[in-house]
Formats: sequence, structure tokens, C-alpha cells
Amino acid sequence: MSENKANNLNNNEEQLALDDGRRVKVLSPGMMVFKRFIRNKLAIAGIIILAFMFLFSFLGGVVSPYRQDQVFYKTDSANKEYASAVVNTEYRFVTRDGSRLSTLVRANFSRVIKDAGEEGVSFEADGAAWTVRKLGDSFYSIGTAQELGTVTMLGKIADVKPNPGMEISDEVKAAALQAVQSGTLEFEVDGQTYLLTKGKAKSYTLGTVAETAIASLLSFDTYSSEDNALVAGFEFRRAAELAINEGETAFEAAGESFALEHEDGGALIYRAGDTENPMATVSNVIVNSVTSGVFLPMDYKAAVADAIADHQTAFEYVNADGVTERHTIRMRGNNYIIYTEQQTYLIDMYAAPSMAHPLGTDDHGMDVLTRLMYGGRISLMVGFVVMLLENLIGIIIGGISGYFGGWVDTLLMRFVDLFNSIPYYPMMIIAGAIMDAFEVPPYTRIFLLMAIMGIMGWTGVARVVRGQILSLREQDFMVATEATGIRISRRIFRHLVPNVMPLLIVQATMGLGSIILTEATLSFLGLGIKYPLASWGSIINAASNIYVMTNFWYIWIPAGVLIVLTVLGFNFVGDGLRDAFDPKMKR
Amino acid sequence: MWKFIVRRTALALVIIFFGAFIIYGVMRCMPTSFVESLARQRAAASSTTGGKSYQEWLTELNEAYHMNDDIVTGYFNWLGGVLRGDFGVSWKYGIPVVEKFDQVIWYSVVLNIITLILEVVICIPLGIQAARHQYSGFDYGITVFAMLCISLPTFFLATVLKYVFSVRLAWFDLYGIVGRYHEQLSASGKIWDMVQHMVLPVLTLTMLNVGGLTRYTRTNMLEVLNADYIRTARAKGLSERTVINRHAFRNTLIPLVSYMSYLVPSLFSGSMITETLYQIPGIGYISYDAMVAGDLPFTMFYAVFGLLLTQISLMLADIMYAVVDPRVRVN
Repeated sequence: MSENKANNLNNNEEQLALDDGRRVKVLSPGMMVFKRFIRNKLAIAGIIILAFMFLFSFLGGVVSPYRQDQVFYKTDSANKEYASAVVNTEYRFVTRDGSRLSTLVRANFSRVIKDAGEEGVSFEADGAAWTVRKLGDSFYSIGTAQELGTVTMLGKIADVKPNPGMEISDEVKAAALQAVQSGTLEFEVDGQTYLLTKGKAKSYTLGTVAETAIASLLSFDTYSSEDNALVAGFEFRRAAELAINEGETAFEAAGESFALEHEDGGALIYRAGDTENPMATVSNVIVNSVTSGVFLPMDYKAAVADAIADHQTAFEYVNADGVTERHTIRMRGNNYIIYTEQQTYLIDMYAAPSMAHPLGTDDHGMDVLTRLMYGGRISLMVGFVVMLLENLIGIIIGGISGYFGGWVDTLLMRFVDLFNSIPYYPMMIIAGAIMDAFEVPPYTRIFLLMAIMGIMGWTGVARVVRGQILSLREQDFMVATEATGIRISRRIFRHLVPNVMPLLIVQATMGLGSIILTEATLSFLGLGIKYPLASWGSIINAASNIYVMTNFWYIWIPAGVLIVLTVLGFNFVGDGLRDAFDPKMKR
Repeated sequence: MWKFIVRRTALALVIIFFGAFIIYGVMRCMPTSFVESLARQRAAASSTTGGKSYQEWLTELNEAYHMNDDIVTGYFNWLGGVLRGDFGVSWKYGIPVVEKFDQVIWYSVVLNIITLILEVVICIPLGIQAARHQYSGFDYGITVFAMLCISLPTFFLATVLKYVFSVRLAWFDLYGIVGRYHEQLSASGKIWDMVQHMVLPVLTLTMLNVGGLTRYTRTNMLEVLNADYIRTARAKGLSERTVINRHAFRNTLIPLVSYMSYLVPSLFSGSMITETLYQIPGIGYISYDAMVAGDLPFTMFYAVFGLLLTQISLMLADIMYAVVDPRVRVN
């Protein structure tokens, strides 16, 4: 009105009559509604909230750098067990090719080992006589002994008498006599070792020993796996350990010659002529990786052995990538456990808000803000689709019921009553359980959910439409439509229903809010939208875990605030529309 | 009037009959039934001792629980029992359904009565004040507050209240109707314990319902305040207090009473979500559990009870409307 006045002042020359049509600006009914609507502060607030929500949900998903089901990972360093080392106290056996040592023999070995000396100690097992001889520090040989005969001393004369069935060559006899006289109990003839064991009085038993195995505390590790067979061989091991024990710097085995470099509690073995690259290390420390399948490099094992020998609690090791790692050693029982800072690749669960994730991440390591955006899409979409579906069914049934009246009306309305009386949540719980049991895929589930919600919710619309049409159909314009012979379907849907539209729009706007609430509640109960899809309700579902509720407010509070704001927005707008359509109907 | 009541009752019975049938049918269609899970449990428990297999158990239990009847026969069998006053024994709780119902219903009723009283005490004065000062700041405040309450999702409100009062402030327990040391408490201590556990659920329910009633009161009060007889009353020079209390408020009561009579049956229906969230063993929570477990007798009882309450409240609303306002003639 004030605008008109201003216009009039400007156009003073032109005098307008009181009843001049131009004096009164006539607004179309739609315009009137619009003007009344925008004058309502709360409605405007509602519009702003809704605009924000739509931008947030539909544009936000596009702007957001992440996908809704993108899982984020983080690397975390933890002081983890990396390797374990033990100073070997268990004898390890290397057997000659083709022979084996039974458990019984091994057990007997550990029993007699204390008494074993240069001359050896015998025991019987597996129907054979065994002799254990000490070759060096913690280094023994085990062999089967065979008695050949007895050597009896008669004054200065020794008599060698073979056992029945045995033959002793003259050479051996002579050597045996010589050995007895010189007091050594061991001699060699033609590379075969013979042993004299003191018996009764001045007699000795003469026997041979066939070495079956050696036992020692040392372990050999090769630098290259090609040498494994060689190093594991009996001959090599015996020669090498003998050399180590006797402090020699070279030995021969398998037709090759090798050089030795002695270390604390062990040694390094080189091939003769190659003093740069060691072939194997010898140590009494056994290093194993804690996790199976991890190959520990030789120099690492050597570093651990050195550190243990020096009684250090930490050492530094340059790994294959040239990075210096710090390893710490701790004792646990008889074992040394080596710890190192290891990088582990983890799902970034419950990350606190940061620049990359303004609202942190959830229990699946997904960005909460992005999921809120995509969840908003689903929540709003479900709201609109269900609302349209409800109105579609409601208008058709209510329209038919109201227009025809009579028994059609009674029948349809009783049907509405019946539908209305079905308890909503029990029905939804059962429907949810059925969908769970059939393992409906997430996207199909949304559509089913929308369909079920629509089917459960149309009765209100049908009642409203029917009630309005019942009174509208008595009006004159309906008589006119009848007179002009318009089809019945056209009468209902083109002439009657549009008259109910304002009311329906108001109800639908308010209804949208409650549909969103219902969907959120269902999703919260785990009956609605399922992982990996999100809806605002299913995001709050995380809070049903007390741990999440207590510690990670940023995961569930924002979703709740968004729901409240959106529903509030729809309610404000619906309220504003109601006032605008029908100003007499005071809020 | 009597004719109306009789017709309405007959209709209600028909609706209950079909409504119960639908629920029964859907319950029977549930893919994982109570019997199946029970058979699975029994088979697992007896597998080590060489007992019956799952299939054997299933056949046997199906027989025992009358699950072999088709849906229609099963429904009529159930209905026959109901007409003889036998609702059966709850499968999940193992006691007669009615007994279990009697155990739990009073929690819901107490919860709802307290909520209703609070609601009336809060909403009616607020609604009237808001109507008296239409478009004032106070009115806007009330409108926004009421709208906010309507817009709150139950589960979110309950979670926030738990977070604030149970976790942060540690004033109340998170769950349940009794505390950990309930049994050691004296008689008055026990009651106090339960009252404490009721605070958050009542607060939740009240906040959720306050919005609707406040706005309803306000709307009706506005309508009355614009009526001619209020202008007459003012013109007579009556004091504002008399105008409001004697002339306006009494007339506002007509729709209010009809609205409240609609609420009375819902006192018994329990509030499934609130009770479940706070684990108050009322009818809502107990029947939610029964439903999830597939307990057919209990679910059927709850469903029929719900149907009955809805029908009663609809009838009551119509009748009360006629009683309060003599201008309304039923029919």
C-alpha cells in the first residue's frame, strides 16, 4: 500500500477516481499467500534452515573431497616385539649323512655329558654302544663304539687278543701297544680312530668309534642360502667347530679351505682368499623373528649377538633401506626380546576433529562430515519420496471415498481405520527383521523402506482428502462439472483435489519433518538404512555404544543437531504456510 | 447415544479382529522364528552329548508350539484361546502372558501418569499466556520452544540427556529402573531409588509431548479469545482475570478435555522407544524384546492390547466431546 501512495505522489498530475482500478493493486491469491508467508519471521527462518540443509546435503557431497564409504588409514608407531634371541643352552646335533640319532640317544647324551672327557664315556641305547667324547668347549662327538678286542698288559709285554669274529691287523696291534706304553688312549691308523678304554686290572678294551654326530651349542648362519647345504654338512661343521675350539684361523672341509676370524662367543667364516665377504657366522646366540615369515638379515642377527655378548640394552641397526633403527633388548626369562618402533597401518578410527576431518572419523574410519552430507541426502530423499507416496495413495483413496460416498465410502474408511490401527513400530520392527533375514542389499533396502513407510502412512492424507471432498462436492461448481459432463476421474482429480491442495501442502510440509524423524528412529534402531550407506539416524546409532557416546561427542551430536534443525525447518515452513493460506486459522 | 456406542463397539471389534490377523500373519511370516532359534540352541547344547539334531528339534518344537498349522487355522486357534480368556504362555519369558503383562504394565503407567501431569501443569499455563500475548516476544519464544520439542527425535534427546546427566554430571544411572544396590536398601530407599531412575525417562517423555499440547492450548485459546462473547465480557467491564479464567479458559477446556481423553488410553500403551533406550522394564521395552525374539503369544497380546486402546481412545474422544459440549450431537 505504501508503494501505491508513493506512486500517487509522484504522479500528481494524474488524478485518479476513488473507484479507479489502478488505485488498488490487486494481488493474485497465490501472491497474497506468498506475501503473507514472507512476512512470517519463523517461516523465513525455516526456509533459511532448509536451504542450508539442502545445500549441505546435495552440494556438500559434491564438494567434499571424500566418498561416503572411504575408509581412512593412519600409520602409527608402536614399540613392538620384533625378534627374540636366546643364548643357546640346548645342544644341537649335526649328524653324518645317512645316519640319524634317536631321541633315546639324545636323552642319554644329555645324561652322560657331564662325565664325558677326552677319553669318552659310553652308554648303551638302541642295541648299540655309544661313546660321547669331548672335542672342545661344549663340543662333543657321539659315535657308535665297536669292541674289537682286549689289550692285556703283562709286565712290559702287551697282548692283543681279538674278540671272537673280529680281526685286528698287525698295524693296529702295533699302534695299540705303542699307545698303551705311551699312555695315550687314542690313536689313528689309516684315518680310523681307535680307542682304548681302561678295563679291569691292567687290561684295556680296544675299540673303534664311528662318529655319527657332533653336538654343540653354536649355531651357524650363512649369508647366502647357496651355502646352506655346505654349512649344514657334518664334515664342514666338525672341521669348523674344531678349528674354532682350537683357536685356529683356517681349516679345510669338503675339499675347500676356509679362513676363520674369532669373535666373542663365535666366529666369522670366510672362504679362503675372500676376506671381504664373510660366508657364515658362528654364534651361540639364536635370533628368531617374532612374526613368522619374516627373514632376519644376517647382519641383524650378528648385531643382536654382539649386543647380547656386550650386555647392552639397546643397539642401532642400519636396515636395508639405509635407515638407522633403534632396537632395545629386554630380558624375559632366559630369552632376550628385541623391541623396535614399528610403523603399523591402521584404520583411523574415532579420529579427533582436525583440518582433514572437521568432525573426525567414525568407527569404520570414515569421515563423519562427509557421511553427514550423504546421510542428509538419504534422509531428505526418503522424506520426500515417502511424502509423495503417502499423498498419492491418500489422494486417490480419499478422493474416491469422498466423491462416491455411500457404501464405497464406508468400505474404504473402514479399510483406513484398519490400516490406521496397525501398530506402527511393531510392524516396522518385523519388516526390518524380514529385510535383515533376506540380506537385502543397502540400496534396495532404502527403496523398500520408503515403500513400507509410504504404505503405512497414507491414511491421514486419505482422511483429510475425504473430509474436504465430502463438503466440496455439494458446492455449485460440482453441479457445473456434472452439467458439462466431465469425466468422473477428471471431476475428482482436476476439480476437487486442487481445492484440497493448500491443506495438503501444509500437512505434507509438517509431515516431512515427522517422516524424517521416523526414518531416523528406524535407522537408529538398526531397522532402516544400513552400512555402508548412511543416514542421520544411523550415524547417531554409533552412540548406542556407551564408549562412543561418552568419548566421541563429535560423531553423534552433529547428526542429531542436523535432524532437529531440519525437522524444525519443515515445521516452521509448514506453520507459516498454514497461516499464509488461511489467515483466519490462527496458529 | 447408545446406538452410537453399540455401532462403534461392533466396528471396533471387527477392526481388532482383522488387525490382529494381520499382525499374526506377519509374525508367522518372519524368516527367523523363535522356534528355529530355540531349535538351534537346543541342538547346539545337546550336540556334545549326542542328542537330537537341529532338524529333529525343529520338527519336535514346531509340533509343540503349533507352528505346523497354517496361518488361518493358527489364528483361529489363538483366537479361540483368547475368547476363553487364555492368552497363552509367553515363549520368551516362560510365564503366562497376562502375568508378565501385569508385572510390567505398572512401570509404564506410572511413567506416563507422571508425564501427563507434568505436561498439563506446564503446557496449559504456557499456552494460555502465549495466546494472551499473541505475537509478543514471549509468544515467539513459546512457539519456537514448542516447535523444537516437536522436532526432537526421541533417541537423540534421550542420548543427550544421558550424556549430560549420567555421563558428565553422573547424577543418574544410565539404564534400568533400579540401581545396583537396590536389594540392600530400606523400603523408602527403594522407592527413592526408583524415583531417581524415573527422572530421565520422565524428562524425555515430557519434553517430547510438551510441544504438541502447548500449541494446541494456544490455538484453542486464541480461537476463544477472538469470540464475540469475550468481547462482550470485556465490554461489561469484567476484570481481565475473570475474562480469562471464567469465560475464555472454560471454553478452551472443551477441546482440551477431548484431546486429553484421547491421551488416557495411551497411558497404558507404554512408550517403546523411550523405555527401550532407558531399559525401563515397562510394556514398551518388554514387548520390543518379545517382538525381536519372535515371541508370538506376547506380541499378539501386545498388538491386541494396542488395537483395543486405540479403539477405546477414539470412542472416548467422540463421547467426551459430546459430554463436554452439549452442542455436539453424536451420530
